[in-house]
Amino acid sequence: MSPRHIPIDLGNYHRRKTWNRVAFFLTAVCATLVLSSLFFILGYLWVNGISSVNWNFFTKLPKPVGEAGGGMANALVGSAELLALAAVFGLPVGVLAGVYLSEFGRNRFGDLVRYMTDILNGVPSIVIGIFAYALFVLPMKRFSALSGGAALGIMMIPITVRTTEEFLKLVPDSVREASYALGVPRWKTVLFIILPTAQRGILTGILLAFARVAGETAPLLFTAFGNRYWGRSLLAPVSSLPVMIYTYAVSPYEDWHRQAWAAGLVLLTWVFLLGLLARTVLRKPASA
Amino acid sequence: MSAPVAEISPTKTPAPPSRERAGVAFAPPGKWGDRLFLGVTFSFSAGIILLAAGIGFSLWSNSALARKAFGFRFLIDQVWDPVAGNFGALTFLFGTLLTSFLALLIAVPLGVGAALFLSELAPRRISDLLAFLTELLAAVPSVIYGLLGIFVLVPLVRRFLEPVLGKTLGFLPFFRGPQYGIGFLAAGLVLSIMVIPFIISVSREILLSVPPLLREAALALGATRWEVATTVALPYARSGIMGAIFLALARALGETMAVTMVIGNTPILTASLFSPGYTMASVLANEFSEASGDLYLHALVEIALVLFAVTLIINAGAQLLVWGVQRKKR
Repeated sequence: MSPRHIPIDLGNYHRRKTWNRVAFFLTAVCATLVLSSLFFILGYLWVNGISSVNWNFFTKLPKPVGEAGGGMANALVGSAELLALAAVFGLPVGVLAGVYLSEFGRNRFGDLVRYMTDILNGVPSIVIGIFAYALFVLPMKRFSALSGGAALGIMMIPITVRTTEEFLKLVPDSVREASYALGVPRWKTVLFIILPTAQRGILTGILLAFARVAGETAPLLFTAFGNRYWGRSLLAPVSSLPVMIYTYAVSPYEDWHRQAWAAGLVLLTWVFLLGLLARTVLRKPASA
Repeated sequence: MSAPVAEISPTKTPAPPSRERAGVAFAPPGKWGDRLFLGVTFSFSAGIILLAAGIGFSLWSNSALARKAFGFRFLIDQVWDPVAGNFGALTFLFGTLLTSFLALLIAVPLGVGAALFLSELAPRRISDLLAFLTELLAAVPSVIYGLLGIFVLVPLVRRFLEPVLGKTLGFLPFFRGPQYGIGFLAAGLVLSIMVIPFIISVSREILLSVPPLLREAALALGATRWEVATTVALPYARSGIMGAIFLALARALGETMAVTMVIGNTPILTASLFSPGYTMASVLANEFSEASGDLYLHALVEIALVLFAVTLIINAGAQLLVWGVQRKKR
């Protein structure tokens, strides 16, 4: 860097000290403002939602429009179903591509894959939903759990790829060399030595991927759609917790608002638990 | 699969890593297994490229009718009339840009300020704790922001923020008109809360990667910590922070649920921030599942295509900026 004028008035030490304090005080205010919003979110959800998180909420089907009561049992099961489908679609691609990048990907093709992964990570979730719509719903002519699971699965890929790659790279090369020295072929080395060594890290990535898609609503609106009853098959529309929150929150019914708050509280608790679990898995001393 | 297999050979891979050589020299028993394994992982990696390309292609081909019918006019026409079959996306484009701009206007100063606090002033432990809370904030699902937006933020905006702004700054065209609560202002506020965590965590990482030697040199010359932050740390991290802001922008542009729930969903072209509006993502959320007729559907997919293209360009640019800083670090 070439020498340049430094915009500091060196003359007045006292004023500079004061400005230092004032400026940092302002940044502290920024940080407090931002982080207090987290407590506002938790507080509002708790106050408005906790009274409606009860036995009915977890076990009953939604009541017809206009009738009070009912629950979201079908949405809870539907969400679990969608996440399981997403795992089937997304995790194999994510983990295996991560393995490729870490073990064979030190080349241009690897860089291209990394770049595309980042691109995929940045695609708005609603656009992913439209892609899944074009891929599944248009040809099958029906909304389905399958298409919703595919949309969520695509969204799980980027984060799984990157964390898998990162954690596999953390396994020291000496471990690989020791294995080769014993005459173990490369594929066995990766499958039975490198992957188990990095399993905590990979599990973390998978949990984070789940946490990311568990609350996604936009890609489900026109894939899994929604259902007032149980989803009968993978090819039928299915209800999910985030979509229920949306439908209930924008509805004009007081009783639905109450249930939307409850569903919000349950959803956020679930997402935070996944995130915390991911952290604690990583915290424990790794075996390697 | 012959091309990727060649990658194992020592001549192809550039120099040092000894394991590349070890893999070939000491592992003949697994030759076929190795090829199969490489083939499988390679094809899944290729699958990611195909997937990204496939998204672009499917949006392109499923918007063909609308692209043919309206051409470039689609982007500058503000008529959106599904009944008459006339489609122009200008109002949605306008709404998306306005809300995102508003969000950045609020989020950038707050986010960079908070990041400075976390990286320059707070002790490492507190900084880590606050960074963890920021991560939690980033993990809150969009629909929950929307829920709080409808029931908490919108009434606050209607009762307090809009009357105050109308009274004090009402001479500007931005703060005129009926005060509904829902509209551009509320959408911009919700979006800003949603993107701030991204700006904070990326900026903090980058600020923490500023070499301590530079800071210490400035401190030794008698600079205050704030002067170190503004004359050493920020210039060093500038392009990385720009990258963080672009990433936040891309996210704000594509954000759907929270915006849909508070913006009022009315296609209006106006300077007033109090007015209800519409964005590209929210028109997709509202109308896509009930679009009747091919032209209507293709017009909506074309909106998705525009959204995809814009976020793609911004993300690509942001990625280059962030990579630039990381390369400098090495």
